[in-house]
Amino acid sequence: MVPLEAFQVLSAVLFAIGLYGVMARRSAVLIVMSIELMLNAVNINLIAAASHLDGMGNWANFDGQIIAIFIITVAAAEVGLAMAIILRMYRNRATVNVDEINLMKW
Amino acid sequence: MSWFLFIVLSILTLGGGLGVVVTRNVVHAALFLLVSLVAVAGLYLILFAEFLALVQVLIYGGAIIIVLLFAIMLTRSAEYPRISDNRQWPLAAVAAAAVGVVLGAAFLDNSLPQTEPNSPTFGDLANSLFTTWAIPFEVASLVLLVALIGAIIIARTGEDNR
Repeated sequence: MVPLEAFQVLSAVLFAIGLYGVMARRSAVLIVMSIELMLNAVNINLIAAASHLDGMGNWANFDGQIIAIFIITVAAAEVGLAMAIILRMYRNRATVNVDEINLMKW
Repeated sequence: MSWFLFIVLSILTLGGGLGVVVTRNVVHAALFLLVSLVAVAGLYLILFAEFLALVQVLIYGGAIIIVLLFAIMLTRSAEYPRISDNRQWPLAAVAAAAVGVVLGAAFLDNSLPQTEPNSPTFGDLANSLFTTWAIPFEVASLVLLVALIGAIIIARTGEDNR
């Protein structure tokens, strides 16, 4: 049996990789991909906890799985909107490099 | 056996993630992301979360990767290799590593009372989703609708409202 800590450490490492991607990448599409990695790290953590822990108070022991379903839903909505914004940005500025999208920068 | 599967799937997950943040080719990055996401579905199977594994493969492996690939194809792909990483990427690496170490240390330091891995049946999950979580479920459908309409309005090329 794999203990909960193994999954939690895995999710922490995956989250750190995604965070590095968000901070270091310049292409908007790659930044969206890194955000997906971070969301997946959170989902691993939630589902591992749902599988290994008893529920407390009003929480059933599998509520983590349901929250993960909502996270996946929001991620799908987010990717759709992000792609629309990237296409619009590309059409107006002819670039997807976020360093050149400085119209709203002071 | 489950340790063996866990290690193999962890290597695939983290390797795919590293590929996403390291490779210069944006299409390769999307394919690395696909490897990582499918390996995460395998991790869900180790945790006996069959429904989530199914949803992960369908939504992430199917829909989200396809949308990302469409976005890559519709924007000029010749531009991508010239977009290098930020100059402050060493700083980003240090910050990300620090966050990872702090999170990992917190998880290892504060262990919770654990049970054997267990999972609800599909029926339990459905009952909970449509009773306890019914209102968030409806709000999620509204969120999807709003995102859909918003995406259409943002991406539209109508000549009439230029």
